[in-house]
Amino acid sequence: MENTRFSTPREQERIDSVAADILRNVRINKSFILWMGFLVTALALCLYTYILQLKHGLGVTGLRDYTSWGMYIANFVFFVATSLVGMLISSVLGLIGYQWVKPIARIAEIIAIAFAAVAGLVIVSDMGRPDRLPYVFMYGRVQSPILWDVTVVTTYFVLSLLLWFFPMIPDLAISKSRLQGRPAFLVKAYEFLSFRWEHHEAQYKIMRQALRILLILIIPTAFAIHTVTSWLFAVTPRTGWDSTIFGPYFISGAFVSGTAAVIIAMYFFRKSYKLEKYLTDDHFEKIGRVLILVSIVYFYFNLNEFLVPGYKLKAGDAIHLRELFTGHYAMLFWGIQLLGLIIPVFLLLFKKMRRPLPMLIISLFVLAGAWLKRYIIVVPPQGHPYLPIQDVPPEWVVYKPTLIETAVTLASILLVLIIITVLSKLFPVIPIWEMAEEEGEKSGKTVNE
Amino acid sequence: MSEEKQEKNGEKPDLDKVVETSRRDFIRKVTIAGAASVAGAAAVYSGYRFEKSKHKEGMVRVLTEDNRLVEIPAEQMQDFKPDLKVLQTRGRVGSKGKRWVMIIDLSRCRNARKCVEACQVAHHLRPYEYHITTLVMQESVNTPAYFMPKPCQHCDNPPCVSVCPVDATFKRDDGIVLIDNERCIGCRFCMAACPYSARMFHWQEPLMAEADKGKEYDVELNVPQKKGTISKCLFSADRLREGLLPYCVSACPNGVFYFGDENEDSVTNGTTKETVSLSVLLKQNAGYRLMPELGTKPRVYYLPPKNRLFEFEQGPEKDYKEEKI
Repeated sequence: MENTRFSTPREQERIDSVAADILRNVRINKSFILWMGFLVTALALCLYTYILQLKHGLGVTGLRDYTSWGMYIANFVFFVATSLVGMLISSVLGLIGYQWVKPIARIAEIIAIAFAAVAGLVIVSDMGRPDRLPYVFMYGRVQSPILWDVTVVTTYFVLSLLLWFFPMIPDLAISKSRLQGRPAFLVKAYEFLSFRWEHHEAQYKIMRQALRILLILIIPTAFAIHTVTSWLFAVTPRTGWDSTIFGPYFISGAFVSGTAAVIIAMYFFRKSYKLEKYLTDDHFEKIGRVLILVSIVYFYFNLNEFLVPGYKLKAGDAIHLRELFTGHYAMLFWGIQLLGLIIPVFLLLFKKMRRPLPMLIISLFVLAGAWLKRYIIVVPPQGHPYLPIQDVPPEWVVYKPTLIETAVTLASILLVLIIITVLSKLFPVIPIWEMAEEEGEKSGKTVNE
Repeated sequence: MSEEKQEKNGEKPDLDKVVETSRRDFIRKVTIAGAASVAGAAAVYSGYRFEKSKHKEGMVRVLTEDNRLVEIPAEQMQDFKPDLKVLQTRGRVGSKGKRWVMIIDLSRCRNARKCVEACQVAHHLRPYEYHITTLVMQESVNTPAYFMPKPCQHCDNPPCVSVCPVDATFKRDDGIVLIDNERCIGCRFCMAACPYSARMFHWQEPLMAEADKGKEYDVELNVPQKKGTISKCLFSADRLREGLLPYCVSACPNGVFYFGDENEDSVTNGTTKETVSLSVLLKQNAGYRLMPELGTKPRVYYLPPKNRLFEFEQGPEKDYKEEKI
């Protein structure tokens, strides 16, 4: 056929071999059922605690009048932050023209979809009246940053979904005839979702154009979601939140936690889906360098955020910074800065550390640090308002998250894992057609040489 | 309004007995106004018995909300009980032409906390749930401590109102910042934004949730209180509507509070009932507002704690136990 890709026998051969590697994992096997069974059971247990919260009110959490935003909001910020990596990998690095991001791009989009989708749910768990969620759309006031946040997070989620799905259409077309032994619904879904893709050059042209538009659109959207999330704090007059660099500070931090999440996902996909051929040591080496870069940028913003007010020690800032540097949150603060940022960057500078296993361990530290960092951004500034806290029950003075609150937060993390598992297990996690083309290019080069 | 128009509106008042054309016209207008304001008018009727003998059988004279004396057929009279819609509409508008303002004289406060109690009784709150509270303040180690009653500051540039996503908390023309707990989604953004810690949240079932069941919600009193929503000082908007001073202002035994209308430049002391000029009071006592640098423009003014009437006695620490949830 003319103007059709993958029509020569040699190309077909390449497709066959790549598809065989990637589609080996697309199946509902025992380990998948066991893992999902575990996740769903744990999720059900955690959701029971949310029912308790619905019944008895937000009082089942450790939140009270002074610290009225706690773990839920910190978790929300973390989720929005981590989802930003989709834009970094596919868009920024992809548009610059780095070829090595190709097998990682879809993983990054899966992370983006899962975290952005659940971020929307997490924020509902923090609402005193979740039944009134429609009011946000019925009576929404455009002056409120919450409206901006709802708008951009939804937009980002949709764009990420499209960025995941569009480049997968050729893969679905390739795969639909190769799904022997898989459940019928999956074959049907592939059949439907491939939209009768025929690998025609004209189709690829349309897809390339559509992707280009999406990749450009998602850049301002991604910047918007986390800048607006930072403004939820920065628009208030509280010390600790009242900062002009909160937007870029949050964005740079988002790249750190997102990159760490992608590295963790890469490690487990490579290991359990046996993708060593496609997610090579070289890919880890390269994304390790990305992690160094974004971490150094984040360190720079940390320096600005803490050193400058720390130099002046204005009344409110002095109390806030003392709490962080030497007070109640000192262990957490220094632990996060050292174990979650400074030491990881230092270690990653060594080539030996940019191998899969060390990177996994480092990334786990970075990700945990990123979560806790959101906690100390959200919680401590509320503990010392302008006017003193007096004549309230002792529980109201210092915020301590409860078990219920922790379980509901855990539920959101489980849900993220469920979405990642489903998307990566039921659909090809590495772009088949792009890998086949890449191989073609490589072998073409060798022939020419 | 022309006759055709009246018919279109479907108004068929029983006016056959009326003879004078001009008077009939007048009464028709009035009847429409009366019928239309069944929902909207808090009608006070005056001199019913006296007028009854002098006038046409079955007619009564009624004073409308906008101060007009009108006559309507007696059988159309019904007791006015504002429903939710009325309460919500009038609650969002506020008193016309007023700019409410509060002055707190710190030199007179001895922490009797009567203001706190009166407020909590009126708004069905627990002892540790505050619309107003009294704080022990001390600017620095070398300056003396003093007591400071702290209600909502009813800012003219309220950060809480700016950030509310659903217009649940709003600023009225008469200067009051209210919260509509029929609208509030419980996101607590307003609490995060308020630099005066003036807001409270119902973390659990409100104190009198059971007793208040079925009561019509009055946004000017914020009762019944609702679980999962914000509550806050309302400057006792319900009392102002009746021409009374706020609960806290009236309850103070020490003359700490003045309350009044900025437009009239007069404020009344809640204890002595003495009315003074607002501007003179502020000028003579060097009145100030809390944290003016934040640009919130509070409607609550403080007079500094100079020449205090009482020794500073802090009293024992209050030991509040949270109700089990």
